[in-house]
This record gives sequence, C-alpha cells and structure tokens, in this order.
Amino acid sequence: MKNRLLWPVLALVALLILNVVVTPTFFSLRLQDGHLYGSLIDILRNGAPTLLIALGMTLVIATRGIDLSVGAVAAIAGAVTCTHIAAGGNPWVAMGLALALCAVLGLWNGFLVSVLGIQPIIATLVLMTAGRGIAMLITEGQIVTVDSPVYRQVGAGFLVLPIAILISLAVLGLVALVTRRTALGLLIESVGVNPSASRLAGVRARTIIWTVYVFAALCAAVAGLMISSNVSAADANNAGLWIEMDAILAVVIGGTSLAGGRYSLTGTLLGALIIQTLTTTVYTIGIKPEITLVFKAVVVIAVCLMQAPVRVRVGGRVRGKQGVPA
Amino acid sequence: MLKKITTAAAAVLLAALTACGSGGSGDAGSSGAPKANDDGKITMGFAQVGAESGWRTANTKSIQEEAAAAGVDLKFSDAQQKQENQIKAIRSYIQQKVDVIAFSPVVETGWDAVLLEAKRANIPVILTDRAVDSDDTSLYKTFLGSDFVEEGKKAGEWLKANAGGAKNVVELQGTTGAAPAIDRKKGFEDAIAGTDLKIVATQTGDFTRSGGKQVMEAFLKSVPQIDVVYAHNDDMGLGAIEAIKAAGKVPGKDIKIITVDAVKDGMTALAAGEINFIVECNPLLGKQLMELAKKVVAGEEVPPRVVTEEGTFTTEQAKTELPNRKY
Repeated sequence: MKNRLLWPVLALVALLILNVVVTPTFFSLRLQDGHLYGSLIDILRNGAPTLLIALGMTLVIATRGIDLSVGAVAAIAGAVTCTHIAAGGNPWVAMGLALALCAVLGLWNGFLVSVLGIQPIIATLVLMTAGRGIAMLITEGQIVTVDSPVYRQVGAGFLVLPIAILISLAVLGLVALVTRRTALGLLIESVGVNPSASRLAGVRARTIIWTVYVFAALCAAVAGLMISSNVSAADANNAGLWIEMDAILAVVIGGTSLAGGRYSLTGTLLGALIIQTLTTTVYTIGIKPEITLVFKAVVVIAVCLMQAPVRVRVGGRVRGKQGVPA
Repeated sequence: MLKKITTAAAAVLLAALTACGSGGSGDAGSSGAPKANDDGKITMGFAQVGAESGWRTANTKSIQEEAAAAGVDLKFSDAQQKQENQIKAIRSYIQQKVDVIAFSPVVETGWDAVLLEAKRANIPVILTDRAVDSDDTSLYKTFLGSDFVEEGKKAGEWLKANAGGAKNVVELQGTTGAAPAIDRKKGFEDAIAGTDLKIVATQTGDFTRSGGKQVMEAFLKSVPQIDVVYAHNDDMGLGAIEAIKAAGKVPGKDIKIITVDAVKDGMTALAAGEINFIVECNPLLGKQLMELAKKVVAGEEVPPRVVTEEGTFTTEQAKTELPNRKY
C-alpha cells in the first residue's frame, strides 16, 4: 500500500524543494492580522475547492462512474448564493438554497446513472453543458458582486488557518470515518468492481450509486461557495471552469483507478495538493505564460509514469490487497 | 424504449436551456422572424459571440437599444462562444436576405468561405470588436472596435507621468494568446520603454478575478518589491486588490493599480481609491455601428478601420462618471 502513495509524496516534496531553491522565503510563515500568511497557506486555501471536489469524485470513481458536471454545479452554487445576497437576502439562507438546489442536481445525475443506466460520462455531460447555461440564467450573464462579511469567510476567511481548507479537511475526516469505520467503503468498492454481483449479493447498488452522485454534487456546491466567496463575486462563465479535470487528475494521481473499486482518500489529498502546488510554483518561479501548460503537462506525465503498474513491478514490490488507511 | 425516452428528454432539456440562454440575453433573439423585405427599413443580422462577461452583455444591450432607436430591424443571435454557431447564424442571415450583417468573430480564422457567400449575395459585412485574419480584405466593409495597443499605451503613459518614484511593475495578463492580452502588453511595454519602470513579473490571470487574486498572492511572496500592478482588465485588478489587502498592504497607496475596461465594479473601486487609473474599453458601440450600417447600405464609402470612442478615468473622474455606468 505504502508504495502506491510513495510517488505522489515524492512529487510533492520535489515541487516544494524546487520552490525553496528558487524562492528561499517560500516556507516562511508569519502572522498577519491574526492569521497565518505565506505561500504554503495560499496553497492550502486555493487547493481547498479542488480537494473538496476531488473527494466527491473519489467516491464516484470508486463506483466506476465519473462526474463531469461538478464545475458547472460549483458555478450554479456561487450564482444562486450571490444573486440571493445581492437581492438583499440573508447569506446563510442563500448558502442553504444553493446547497439544496445542488443536491437536486446531484439527484438528477444519480437518477440518470443508477435508474436509467446511462453511461456516467454521458449522463453528467448533460449537466456539464447545461449547468453553465443555468448559472448564466441566474446571474443574467453578469458578474454578481456582493459585499457580505459572513459570506466572505467561507472562501477568504481565517481561523488562524484558512476556513476553506478547514472545511475541506473536515469533510475528508468525515468521509474517512464514515466509509472506513463502517462497511460503506467496502460496499462502494464492491459496486465499483461488479455492480451486478454486488446486487445479487444483497448490496443496494442503486442506492449507493445515487448517494455518491448527490454527495459529489454537494461537495461541488461547497467548493463553488468557496470559489465565489474568495473573490466575493459569482462569475458564471469562469467559476470552477475545468475544475472537474483537476479533480479527476487529483484522484488519479492519488492512485485510485478509473476502472472503479479500490480508492484512496489520502491519495486524493496528495493529488489535490500536488495540483495546487504546481499552479503556485508556476506563478512563484515565474514560468512564462506561454509555456505554463507544457510545464504542468511534463510534471503530470512524470508523476503518472512513475506510478504506472509496470514501473511498480520493475521495482519488485508487491501491491497491498486491502485496507487502505484513510 | 426507455433509452429513447431518455434521449428525447435530454434533447428537449437541452433545447429548452439553449432557448432560455439566448432569450435571457435579449428579447430580440427570434430566429424564426418573418423574412426581411424591402420596406425601406434596414434589416441587420447580428451574430454575437455569447454572453461570457459583463462587458459582452453591455455590448449586446447597446446594440439592441441603438438598433431600436435608429429604426433598424435587428435579427440577433447568440453563438455561445462557438464559431460553428456563428457561421450557421450568418448563413441563415444570407438566406433571409438581410441588408447588412454584423458580427464579433469568436476566433480570428476560418471565415473566408462564409464571408464569400455573403459577398456573392451582395450583403455587406461589418466586423465589430474583434478582427478576422484573412488576406482578402474585400470580404468585409469595415472593422469597428477598440485599439488594444492604444489602450496599453494609455496605461503606460499615465504611469510614466504619475510614477512618483515607482519602479517595479507586475503585470496580470489576459488569456494567453488572446488579441487584447497580446496588444495591451505590447502597448504598455512600448510606453514605458526607456524609463526607470520595468516589468519584474508577468503572468496570466485569464481575465478572471480568482485568476488575478491567485497570481497576485504568489507575486506578493516571490517578488521582493512591487510598486505597481498593471492588469489587462478590471476583474483581475479587483482580484489583485483582495490579495494585496490580505497581505496587509493598502491597494492604491502602497501599490498603485492600473487596469483596462472600466466596468461598473472597476469604476467603484477606482472611485474608492483602490484602483488608481482605468483605461476605458468601450462596449457601447451600438450607436457607431448603426451609423456605419446606414452608410454601408446606402452605398457610401466607409473607412476600413473605425476605432471606438473611448477615454480614461482617474479617481476624481470615476466619482462623477459612476452614477451613469450601466454595465
């Protein structure tokens, strides 16, 4: 088991070392207005939405599914909340509304996949395409700016550490507890390995699949709140754009197979941190915008190659069987 | 059977959403409008890029309002940022035999075939806001839009005159490869060349607030001394303001901020002194477009390049202008 997380850990450490070499002050932290301030804190705060979405994605992928609509759902959550607050609404009510609406969208995805049996990639593509339209409709094509101290806290607030990362880590802990301390994790994995066999063995596959899509949509909704609250504005076009790809990448870097079954929450955490560190690295060490994508691609390819099953076999190691520590 | 129903349901849903999408951006989005005829009224087919930003929405509104005011029968379509949709829209305008076609091309290339069809049908074409990349300039009558290099230059000139000892500039670029990003960078660099001012770090913020904020956060940690932020649009500048505040500095005082666009949120920040200078990029080109359209239809000569009328704003000017900002 350990070796599966070895390469992501090494990649993360290598990126951090690269940063320290170029910018010696990279690790320096100081207290600024009662909260920690530094590059590492930025990585945690800006990585929080990706981590949260990747958590939902991990469970969906474990059931051999995929959810492409998370970015659009995130945009809708921000749009609903900001529009409600801008119209004079209570920020708590606004956030509640957004979460409720996104849960419904999750139900829709789950319905398409588990009841109608549509391929997950197609089923969620519907909402990926249509979702931004819905968000645009809600904001009427404008960037809605709000001035709400309460709402600001979600994405830009601090309790010494950024509130956003505290929320994401809390959800990570909760998911770890619920899926690893009960049989739920095993059931999710069994559905991913073989839905029919699981059903015949008495596992309620349909309910489980439905649940993970709703969970993924809720994660996306909270992430959408963080993204929009971070800049106190809802941008229906750009909020959470391509974040579904980052989330899937985080899951894959973390060693969870897209073929479903076994999943690793720790791996997803590492994957999300690698992706955000990579972005921050690009800005910090001053890589030219024209070659940013190439730089990112090289790092991602390197990490994926190092993790390839063949590479592990060459290393002469045997994969662990079960019991992934969360 | 079930699958068929689902497919149908999905199709209906998508169609409904698309309809809502274009309906939301204006009430003139009727594609099934009656065929244009020769009643002396000018019929204009306009193929818009989409509704991707507040700037674009203001652009759309301006065109719709000015068309109504000028008595032009406007057929409006929203391409949702896809070239194929725009080409389809232009073809349908050709079939409807409109008097003049205007559009903001989504991308620069790939327009020769459809523009040739328009030319053969004797329908004049006006480009707005963005140019097309074609060797055959006879395919369109004129190009109405902003001069992005000039915008960058104005920003640089102001900084030169108001530097006050500032030296180190960080730049937040627009989307890599986009014409406004390339040109605003070039104009600014040209203007500050030969002075003490230099760009010490530059990175793309993708024209978004979160992009601007993230890049600025990183700059604040990796660049030892930042005196000025030059952002290619207001939104990235607004993101940078958030990052500067979080670092315990005062935007507009400790670090000067210059942006381009002058949308309402940007003007608000300018009036509050958090941005120091904004170069306008005017989306309200409806009036100029209608005037050009009338001339083109009447067969008058028009210049091949018409630059939109736009100005610049300082904090004081922003305070007086702000109540009138519609977008």
